[in-house]
Amino acid sequence: MYKNLRWKLITTLVIVLIFGAVGVYPMLANRYGLPAPGWLMAKQLKLGLDLRGGVHLVMRVDRDEALRVSTESVAEQLREGLQAAGVSVSAVNVTSPTIFRIEGVPQDKEAEFRRVADEQTSTNYDRSAVGGGVHEFTMRPNIVKDMYEQTMVQAIDTIDRRVNELGVSEPNIARYGENDQILVQLPGVTDVARAKDIIRDTALLELKLVEGGPAPSREALLQATNGQVPSDMEVVTGASDASTGQAGTSYFLVRKVAAITGGDLRSASVGLDENNRPAVMFSLKPDGARKFGQVTGSNIGRSLAIILDNRIQSYPRIDGRIVDNGRISGGFTQQEAADLALKLRSGALPASMSYLEERVIGPTLGRDSIRAGVTASLAGLALVVMFMLAYYKLSGINAIVAMIVNLVILLGMMAYAGFAMTLPGIAGFILTMGMGVDSNVLIFERIKEELGAKRGARAAVTASFERVFLTLLDTHVTALIAALFLFQFGTGPIRGFALTLIIGLLSNLFTSIFVSRSLFELVLSRRPANAAALSI
Amino acid sequence: MPIFKTPNFDFVKWRWPAIGLSLAIIVAGMIAIAQGRLPMGVDFAGGTIVVSKFSQHVPIDRVREAVAAMPGGVGNDAVVQDYGEASQNQVLIRVARTGDEVSGNLSQQADAVVAALKQAGLPSFEVINTEIVGPVVGDQLRRQGILATIFAMSGILAYIAWRFQLSFAIGAIVATVHDLLVTLAFLAFFQYDMTLNVLAGLLTITGYSVNDTIVIFDRVRENMRSMRRDNLTHIVNVAVNQTLGRTIITAGTTLLSVIALYLFGGEVLEGFAFTMLVGIISGTYSTVFIAAAIAIMLQGRRPIKGQVVAPAATERKSGRRRAS
Repeated sequence: MYKNLRWKLITTLVIVLIFGAVGVYPMLANRYGLPAPGWLMAKQLKLGLDLRGGVHLVMRVDRDEALRVSTESVAEQLREGLQAAGVSVSAVNVTSPTIFRIEGVPQDKEAEFRRVADEQTSTNYDRSAVGGGVHEFTMRPNIVKDMYEQTMVQAIDTIDRRVNELGVSEPNIARYGENDQILVQLPGVTDVARAKDIIRDTALLELKLVEGGPAPSREALLQATNGQVPSDMEVVTGASDASTGQAGTSYFLVRKVAAITGGDLRSASVGLDENNRPAVMFSLKPDGARKFGQVTGSNIGRSLAIILDNRIQSYPRIDGRIVDNGRISGGFTQQEAADLALKLRSGALPASMSYLEERVIGPTLGRDSIRAGVTASLAGLALVVMFMLAYYKLSGINAIVAMIVNLVILLGMMAYAGFAMTLPGIAGFILTMGMGVDSNVLIFERIKEELGAKRGARAAVTASFERVFLTLLDTHVTALIAALFLFQFGTGPIRGFALTLIIGLLSNLFTSIFVSRSLFELVLSRRPANAAALSI
Repeated sequence: MPIFKTPNFDFVKWRWPAIGLSLAIIVAGMIAIAQGRLPMGVDFAGGTIVVSKFSQHVPIDRVREAVAAMPGGVGNDAVVQDYGEASQNQVLIRVARTGDEVSGNLSQQADAVVAALKQAGLPSFEVINTEIVGPVVGDQLRRQGILATIFAMSGILAYIAWRFQLSFAIGAIVATVHDLLVTLAFLAFFQYDMTLNVLAGLLTITGYSVNDTIVIFDRVRENMRSMRRDNLTHIVNVAVNQTLGRTIITAGTTLLSVIALYLFGGEVLEGFAFTMLVGIISGTYSTVFIAAAIAIMLQGRRPIKGQVVAPAATERKSGRRRAS
């Protein structure tokens, strides 16, 4: 009668073996020192941050800052371009991250202005004449979108490189929540302050020629230029004796255009300066080296400011033409120098960041949570097993086998897909046990009912599974709907819970309909076809 | 050993007292919540939590004093309580504020708490857990939580309306909302905090409490065919009775695993386990007393999808439903 029974049982066995090998065996091997071949251990179940201990950070990227920097540089380039074309304007103002205005365009140069402006900016900005010689440039919406996106990708790449340099294993760095947020999860990290500092620092390095200073105040600095900042220069601050890092601020006038930036660096490492104090040594990429050689070669005797995040670290005198390497000193400790080298190696962040959420889970708490989770799982399992055996007698075994197959699939799936088990995930695991048995209860009650209607055992089992199938489908779909939204909107550990629930529900549908039925058929196939009794 | 041999209770008759009882609990719960007995945890309100594990037992009042002495009145509204089992010497300290997000000092308050504990001359300790949620993320999580609940319910409503009948779907959703409100009420009575884990529990209940209801609706649909002469109230009553055993057993098995979680799952999952515990019990109750009663009220005398409508009735109604 059950001609496909053999294949059903073999399928079940193969599934259990495969998922068991991926999800369960590595755990047992770790615990009891069983042989652990690499191909089997490669995909083992990972523990989430809340069970392993570590740092969970949510940060916001100031994307508008990246836009503003870009708008400022376009505005500056246009000003230079206009100057070169002989169009003098009275003011160039950046009014918002995406908008700049040019004022005082002379009437007779209007056509020339338009030609230069459109040539330089029309790909990214829309120009509109406000009237009275004022023109407004607005970044195009699609460019804004692209730049936002680019900023996020760049920020994640940079953080990724920094975290890798820190030597964190299995970090998780991903887009998060609203559009401008990044999630950083660092398992096993305990020095939170240092990790936060390394991740967040913009580390924008610029080397610019010094044109004036140091001076004790802005006014003193600008005396020589009648209080005006020349249009191709800017004022930057630094420690008064930057080489020793003493407190107090002094003012410098430097060229606006950098000789080289952090982007020109090939590598950075820790070394010692002439006073045997820790310093950061860097070398340059070929392009950067060419630029650097040019600038240093033609400015021997002048000072070059080393500016990090808009603050002058030091301003060594150029003693000769330098080609492809340099040194940053500034009274660092060994650790500070090492961290700065790390940040420079991994590149600058495209915009500044702020922390929105910070969770630190100590390893002790993680261990306690694992113990609690395992205890609760075993207790739950024991309670459910006892109940099913007591209430459904031998058929209870059936439900228990189906439930265990379900749990093996769940663990195997999590391990194979590389999802981490979190503490709420364990709750999902336990809930799957309870809900998994539900399906069997519905089937068993139906079988009892059919048996009560004086059907033979075989007919009762077949009819019950057919009738219950739609009910089970409906109940699982509704639970899945809720779980999917939980996954969609959930964060961190909650996602882990939703994920376990989703996988658990799907595999449960399979085990209760397929595995449980095969087991009933296995029992009945050994009986005469007209047997009426079933231990249920 | 069946629990119910052949139950024959008139559940539909009890619907008004049942609805009254539910309303009483819900109203009491709402009052408790309005009085602030279900405070938002740091996940939603933002704030700082520091959990410290001391090397030896420390009277909780000494920790409280240390926190209250923090400069700037930060410690005034702090919550200080034992965390986990007493033998673990763990203390949780929660302050409502965080450092400023923009200036990059989000952890300022957490650092201040640790400094205050160090200064107070308490036994040595290690910080085993820090949670700092700034207001931005708090708002976001709150919004997402509400959205997730609404979307989940709409999805379930649509699915049941598609599979069964709109009146059934509304009955199921009313029952689900009932379960959520009752659970919130009990969370307030027992003074839990509204945390992410509690929200996860509430959403699980949204999916779970419908399950029993579907089993009954399914039976109602099946009975429609064999009992086409009977009125809906009777059909529903029979269906509820027929499925009563499995309603209680399915809830019971899930309850067993949730009880294990509640007893052994540790401090972090306690809120979740409690939410599930109340939700499952309430779900069973509402399945039996509320869901079908609402469906009956809404359905009135109109025919039901899947019911073989009497020929006389079908000819009168042009927009009749197809019998499947």
